[in-house]
Amino acid sequence: MTKAELTPNSFRNQPDERGHFGQFGGRYVAETLMPLVLDLEREYRAAKQDPAFKAQFDDLLEHYVGRPSPLYYAERLTEEVRKDAPAGKGAQIWFKRDELNHTGAHKINNCIGQILLAMRMGKTRIIAETGAGQHGVATATVCARFGLPCFIYMGAKDIDRQQPNVFRMRLLGAEVIPVTSGAGTLKDAMNEGLRDWVANVHDTFYIIGTAAGPHPYPELVRDFQSVIGTEARAQMLSRINRLPDLLVAAIGGGSNAIGLFHPFLDDKDVAMLGIEAAGHGLEKEHAASLAGGRPGILHGNKTYLLQDEDGQIAEAHSISAGLDYPGIGPEHSWLKEIGRVRYDNVTDVEALAAFQLLCRTEGIIPALEPAHAIAAVEREAKKMDRDQIILANLCGRGDKDIFTVAEALGTKI
Amino acid sequence: MTRLSAAFNKPHPALVTFITAGDGNTAANLDALVAGGADVIELGMPFTDPMADGPAIQEANIRSLNAGTTTSDIFAIAAAFRSRHPDTPLVLMGYANPMTIRGGDWFASECNKAGVDGVICVDIPPEEDPELGPWLRSAGIDLIRLATPTTDEARMPTVLNGASGFLYYVSVAGITGLQQAAQTSIDEAVARLKAHTDLPVAVGFGVRTPEQAANIARVADGVVVGSAIVELVAEHGMNAAGPVREYVASLKAAIQSARS
Repeated sequence: MTKAELTPNSFRNQPDERGHFGQFGGRYVAETLMPLVLDLEREYRAAKQDPAFKAQFDDLLEHYVGRPSPLYYAERLTEEVRKDAPAGKGAQIWFKRDELNHTGAHKINNCIGQILLAMRMGKTRIIAETGAGQHGVATATVCARFGLPCFIYMGAKDIDRQQPNVFRMRLLGAEVIPVTSGAGTLKDAMNEGLRDWVANVHDTFYIIGTAAGPHPYPELVRDFQSVIGTEARAQMLSRINRLPDLLVAAIGGGSNAIGLFHPFLDDKDVAMLGIEAAGHGLEKEHAASLAGGRPGILHGNKTYLLQDEDGQIAEAHSISAGLDYPGIGPEHSWLKEIGRVRYDNVTDVEALAAFQLLCRTEGIIPALEPAHAIAAVEREAKKMDRDQIILANLCGRGDKDIFTVAEALGTKI
Repeated sequence: MTRLSAAFNKPHPALVTFITAGDGNTAANLDALVAGGADVIELGMPFTDPMADGPAIQEANIRSLNAGTTTSDIFAIAAAFRSRHPDTPLVLMGYANPMTIRGGDWFASECNKAGVDGVICVDIPPEEDPELGPWLRSAGIDLIRLATPTTDEARMPTVLNGASGFLYYVSVAGITGLQQAAQTSIDEAVARLKAHTDLPVAVGFGVRTPEQAANIARVADGVVVGSAIVELVAEHGMNAAGPVREYVASLKAAIQSARS
């Protein structure tokens, strides 16, 4: 009997035994990796049943990462948005403050979980890919914490635009390996990560940074990131005794969004909005795979991809290195297709404006990734009543982005 | 008897050669492979993200795509090859997305029309067979599966279920064209695989010299050479046919004398 038959009315029982979310997901990897991917799945199932694993994960999240992260009512931002809203409109804006985590983003939640799995499997060498560098920093951090050698693949173009994170990774003892193939961004870094993995399967664990890749990665990354939504749901109930009306999160691969959304998926009155990066605009260069792509197979899973009619993968563009990827986690593709989550997008220019708005109204410098979500929150809040509640995931802080933002605003620092 | 089974029924082990479609003068290079004595030809379908390939084939993919090669060009190359060489088996090798983007049925039917004998898809493991396998089988196209050093005994029946044509043993856990496997590990692996299947076993990854090819030919039914040929195409550009023919002939001579 499949899990779906046991609980027919749930959106929270994916993927199926073969790692499929509807038609998406799966395990599209070379044969060399297949036995390892099957091992990982077995080990993950065992870890999920093991109270000691969960206890160690929870302990590290509390005392090392600093969880639970606060739930915050953004009063001044709410007021600011209400200024140009129609009468009676302007929903209350709340944030889940995952930018306050150790290392400055949600990425660490997943890295803690995966390094515990790696050690459980007896792996002694860690590799990862990174776009903005947040996942690279989080991976280098947990490797330093547990004393494992760490190799981070990073596109040469991303190394240029994320120098502070490159330096952080090196301080943490990681080797940052520049990737010059393709456009030198996240997708190319992921290709190199897979090439390393296939050549070092015996001792190497690949810590994938988003809820994508071959099964069971989309599932396990989602589960580790679900701490965001689980906490937020409990915090909302305890603070104001109700659930939010709308959840909003930015999406590159989609791990912060699925982490926020998943625990709420069966709360039928909670609407959800995922925000892709529209870059220079959907008719130009962008990174919105759901809006501008179609289903295909890349990096171990079937999902929406930016591609041409022959299935050649297109280069993505976003001002945010963390959103600059031509695919998306397979569970989002499924949630879009069944209509449970709505997806929209925000351009570079809109994200930059929202970035500055949050700095000035709340004294919070967000990363460019959640700045996309904030731009959408502004848009949505104006359409919603004042007693309604929007909860957005503030998934990263903007220290890493100040050089990019300065350049975009024409300021030299 | 299919073209592929005939190629593995010759008095000597089969020489299987690879080039990337649309890289250099592909038609001339294909003719050079045949003239040099290739028994089976693998024609690589270029992909933007060839994550199982080393630098030589990655660069060939980029050169081909930059030259504007499309899937329809690749089938035209295959069909023209078939009309020039009615007997040499041609296998398309590549990645899942270009093969499945218009549907497995479309791909199998195009293979059929172009006279393609078999397909190797790097990133569709047996677990995802429904993407392509049923369509190829019903079109009479061989689906060639890969076994690797990480494929253990317990997994062999899964790998072989639905496989035909030949079994491709990837002799190193790694990407194409870099390391070579120790000959003793190849001997053991081939013996292990042959205990599970009557399909011919061809061994590839990292094979460069006639000596290596001859050593493999002593135990295997076929020897696959790819990156070394692709490097000749890179070096000689549009004039690679001569050097390719010469190099392939040297491999062929070594293989033919391997068991004598």
